Amino acid sequence: MKKAKQVQHMISKPFDLLSEELVFIILDLVAQSPSDLKSFSLTCKWFYQVEARHRRSLKPLRAEYLPRILTRYRNTSDLDLTFCPRITDYALSVVGCLSGPTLRSVDLSRSFSFSAAGLLRLAVKCSSLVEIDLSNATEMRDAAAAVVAEAKSLERLKLGRCKKLTDMGIGCIAVGCRKLKRVSLKWCVGVGDLGVGLLAVKCKDLRSLDLSYLPITGKCLHDVLKLQHLEELLLQGCFGVDDDSLKSLTHHCNSLKNLDASSCQNLTQRGLTSLLSGAICLERLDLAHSSSVISLDFASSLNKVSSALQSIRLDGCSVTCDGLKAIGTLCISLREVSLSKCVTVTDEGLSCLVMKLKDLRKLDITCCRKLTGVSITQVANSCPLLVSLKMESCSLVSRDAFWLLGHKCRLLEELDFTDNEIDDEGLKSISSCRSLSSLKLGICLNITDRGLSYIGMSCSNLRELDLYRSVGITDIGISSIAQGCCHLETINISYCKDITDKSLVSLSKCSMLQTFESRGCPHITCQGLAAIAVRCKRLTKLDLKKCPFINDSGLLTLAHFSQGLKQISVSETGVTDVGLVSLANIGCLQNIAAVNTRGLSPSGVAAALVGCGGLRKAKLHASLRSLVPPSLITHMEARGCAFLWKDYNNHNNSNTLQEQAELDPKYWKLQLEEDIEL
Amino acid sequence: METEDDLCKNNWGGASSSSSSKRREQVCFTSQHKWEDASILDYEMGMEEEPAFQENSNNNNGGQVNVDFLQGVRAQAWDPRTMLSNLSFMEEKIHELQDLVHLMVRRNGQLQGRQEQLVAQQQQLITTDLTSIIIQLISTAGSLLPSVKHHNMSTAPGPFTGSALFPYPREANNLASQTLNNNTCEFDLPKPIVVEERESHVVEEHEMKDEDDVEEGENLLPGSYEILQLEKEEILAPHTHFCTICGKGFKRDANLRMHMRGHGDEYKTPAALAKPNKEAAPGSEPMLIKRYSCPFPGCKRNKDHKKFQPLKTILCVKNHYKRTHCDKSFTCSRCHTKKFSVIADLKTHEKHCGKNKWLCSCGTTFSRKDKLFGHIALFQGHTPAIPLEETKPSAQRGSSACDNSNNNNNTGMVGFNLGSATNAIEEVAQPGFMDGKIRFEDSFSPLSFDTCNFGGFHEFPRPMFDDSESSFQMLISSACGFSPRNGGESVSNTSL
Repeated sequence: MKKAKQVQHMISKPFDLLSEELVFIILDLVAQSPSDLKSFSLTCKWFYQVEARHRRSLKPLRAEYLPRILTRYRNTSDLDLTFCPRITDYALSVVGCLSGPTLRSVDLSRSFSFSAAGLLRLAVKCSSLVEIDLSNATEMRDAAAAVVAEAKSLERLKLGRCKKLTDMGIGCIAVGCRKLKRVSLKWCVGVGDLGVGLLAVKCKDLRSLDLSYLPITGKCLHDVLKLQHLEELLLQGCFGVDDDSLKSLTHHCNSLKNLDASSCQNLTQRGLTSLLSGAICLERLDLAHSSSVISLDFASSLNKVSSALQSIRLDGCSVTCDGLKAIGTLCISLREVSLSKCVTVTDEGLSCLVMKLKDLRKLDITCCRKLTGVSITQVANSCPLLVSLKMESCSLVSRDAFWLLGHKCRLLEELDFTDNEIDDEGLKSISSCRSLSSLKLGICLNITDRGLSYIGMSCSNLRELDLYRSVGITDIGISSIAQGCCHLETINISYCKDITDKSLVSLSKCSMLQTFESRGCPHITCQGLAAIAVRCKRLTKLDLKKCPFINDSGLLTLAHFSQGLKQISVSETGVTDVGLVSLANIGCLQNIAAVNTRGLSPSGVAAALVGCGGLRKAKLHASLRSLVPPSLITHMEARGCAFLWKDYNNHNNSNTLQEQAELDPKYWKLQLEEDIEL
Repeated sequence: METEDDLCKNNWGGASSSSSSKRREQVCFTSQHKWEDASILDYEMGMEEEPAFQENSNNNNGGQVNVDFLQGVRAQAWDPRTMLSNLSFMEEKIHELQDLVHLMVRRNGQLQGRQEQLVAQQQQLITTDLTSIIIQLISTAGSLLPSVKHHNMSTAPGPFTGSALFPYPREANNLASQTLNNNTCEFDLPKPIVVEERESHVVEEHEMKDEDDVEEGENLLPGSYEILQLEKEEILAPHTHFCTICGKGFKRDANLRMHMRGHGDEYKTPAALAKPNKEAAPGSEPMLIKRYSCPFPGCKRNKDHKKFQPLKTILCVKNHYKRTHCDKSFTCSRCHTKKFSVIADLKTHEKHCGKNKWLCSCGTTFSRKDKLFGHIALFQGHTPAIPLEETKPSAQRGSSACDNSNNNNNTGMVGFNLGSATNAIEEVAQPGFMDGKIRFEDSFSPLSFDTCNFGGFHEFPRPMFDDSESSFQMLISSACGFSPRNGGESVSNTSL
């Protein structure tokens, strides 16, 4: 290192006066964009070295490069291996050897084919390892868990979906890792009361505990709620947690802030009362999909926690008017209310609730189909601080209600008007919410380019725009959005059948664009795609399904320019082998969908599959399954690629009818409603 | 350790000095008697070795010394010259006997049906000779056997060492039974007695099951009962009732009484067969309640302990002493790890062994998972141990703590081998003697076999345990038994 510096001195010393600390500050700012960092490090040897010393977190694309990468970046503290599906024991021991002392966090949640031996290396060598994510290690057994227990300084541990883990393994971890603060055992279906109880007994520092879908009963909660620092307890889908096992529970868990008891089918008011008895500082309560009716009685169980409660989720519950009223009077400090899919919610109930909640910031009334403009007017009048409103499929809400909303709630940031009657006037009023960042206007058949242009003119902070099947939109609307909303990251123009390449060319101005969905836009060609590919460097998700004019040349441009692409769908396009194989050039590519793409041959698919080293998912036509060599499939599966073989055939008799249905939104909606009724 | 040493010395000293004096007495006694010169040789051997025996026992200051002691004795016992003279003597003896029988055969032809008295005399003569030859043979073999084993397995003493060393060790062990001394002369009259007594160890041991904790709650005023304290030799003696005629030992008085019937008609009377204390029971004076004290100093069951808690019965004493102050020499044949000092405990364990699949890193096993987790929650540093079939590379944990107990276990094994070896020989040897129409063990085995068991193995110092665990006796037993294996395997597995 010093030598290198001296050499630098000998020559021209252009950065003599630049201290390393200063460069680090510059690098902190540059680090936003990976390509900028790359350019920086390629400037000169010294910059290269400084950058190597500066970088703390790594997300390698291939496990094969681990030795080289880790040798270069010696100060790596966070290692995210989610792009490397196949992490062998050798790779883990390389990690342990090369960055053992500095490593603090490892993410192995998407990786497999490592065993307890590799984990042992990691646990022993990385003495300061604080966080490890072993989610989805479905083959992991207790022996491996016992090895994890060797990482004594571990504070955050995720073991989601480690289905073969039992109490014994968790017991080992509980004894070994005494400093654990956040533990997620979601879907560890082999872990029961004993393991969780021991964890609570041994790890006194626990802050967050995710016990979702565990076969636990209320028994272990006696120990869990004795934890002095517990802030978050997630009990989603714990069917064993019932009233009887909670009967004797008394606790004083003052630290508890977040309780998720959603989908606990056997938990009723009685059990909930004892569960909440000591949690006087509770801020967030999730009771989604609870079996009990949210009535007046039920609301009384919230008595103890009502003072501090800020957020309540009652998704999918059968909510009565009285219940909502009572919640409104009890919990006046509520900021977030979610009543998504509570089909029984009426205007009266919601009005009574929101009338009391002056502080309400977030309201979710998705699919509360009985609600009309009355409640929305009430919301607009009572909750001036509203930030987020999700009201998908509240189709009875009249157009005038949206007017008022825009006028009264100026702080709105997130709006979901999917499948609503909002029109251009509504959008005009909404456009006065300057900080709007997410707007979903899917299946809003009443909006046109005019309305969208209001948004484009005033909402410069817009990040996400969903125009799925909003058929009134044409290139004019899109171009006004592209002009005004330069921060746009996500746009969905699927099935907007009038969209042409012009929209794409104008959207290419949004350099932050990451997700672009243009499914079923028949006029889009490779030229538009090329514009996006060239200028939107951050593009990660691309859906080109049913764009028949997209062909190999579009993919070739993509392969050349969109190096960050992770997901692409080219089903039912004109892409052939050449285009698909060219995608192998994109190192990050993880998901490919290419169903019913007529130009594909088995050998071309095989070549593309082999070429895409980081592929995780491939969605292909079922007929290819027998044509692609089986050894290739096993090879791909060993590399961590999952196959999805689709068998639907687009060339049957109802083809024309289907296409019609897809392209005519009104017909499509009618059909959908029929399906629902059926 | 110091106190234990002292204890050992005292016991040794006391026992050996008294026994040696008695032995000399007997030797004189017997040598004057019919018991012919053949066996005297043996006794002389025994006497010769006595100084060595005492010498060794005096500087007995550790578990290993005892082993040394045994080895030393064995080394001395094996003397080729003595062996040769023994063998030649036996040869001579056998020839003599052969001649005698030849003579008898010839005479029988002539004097058929006559002189039944003479025939009986002849038979007795032959029996006596044969017996002495067999004794000689066994003692010779006994001196040979351990020295052979000695080379292979230093810890396993031969089964007949005792017989070679202490011809009458019954006295050495059973100082209390004074009556035996008076009848020692009877010993050399081995009679072909057929005894109905069939000893079944299994049955006996099962009935031994008894918890000495049972009378924990008993509140007897100090002084309201009589405290008896048995010596450890007595406690560890397999038999407590001995035939005054032949010396055979029994665990039960009733069995002894049954045995006594074989010694003559006078023992067949209802009075002789009746329970002895039944006569005393109708007595006017109420019997003073008897309670027992453990001879182990410092034990809570010892009468000198501040919070002395007496033991109710002799059985309690036996079980208590074995469980708390003896090595756990019976290893479970299934798990090969769990050890017991009382065979009944082993049997109980073996019934359930294998069902205890919940394992702690300390080696303790549990039949229920919640018990294991309760245990782990209670103790610092204990971890659930993952079953081995699942463990490929297990962590190296929990093994180091128990390494030191390994050595102690080895010494414990000495005792075990002693016991088992003799038992095995006993079983094997029996049929052979049966052929000879002599119930050899009736006259002989109590002397030799019993003593073999107690060639001093109970003198080995007990393994020392952590204070934290001493409250759990079961824990201890497994703590030293289980983890070394566990640790060993896991260590071997960790090599990646």
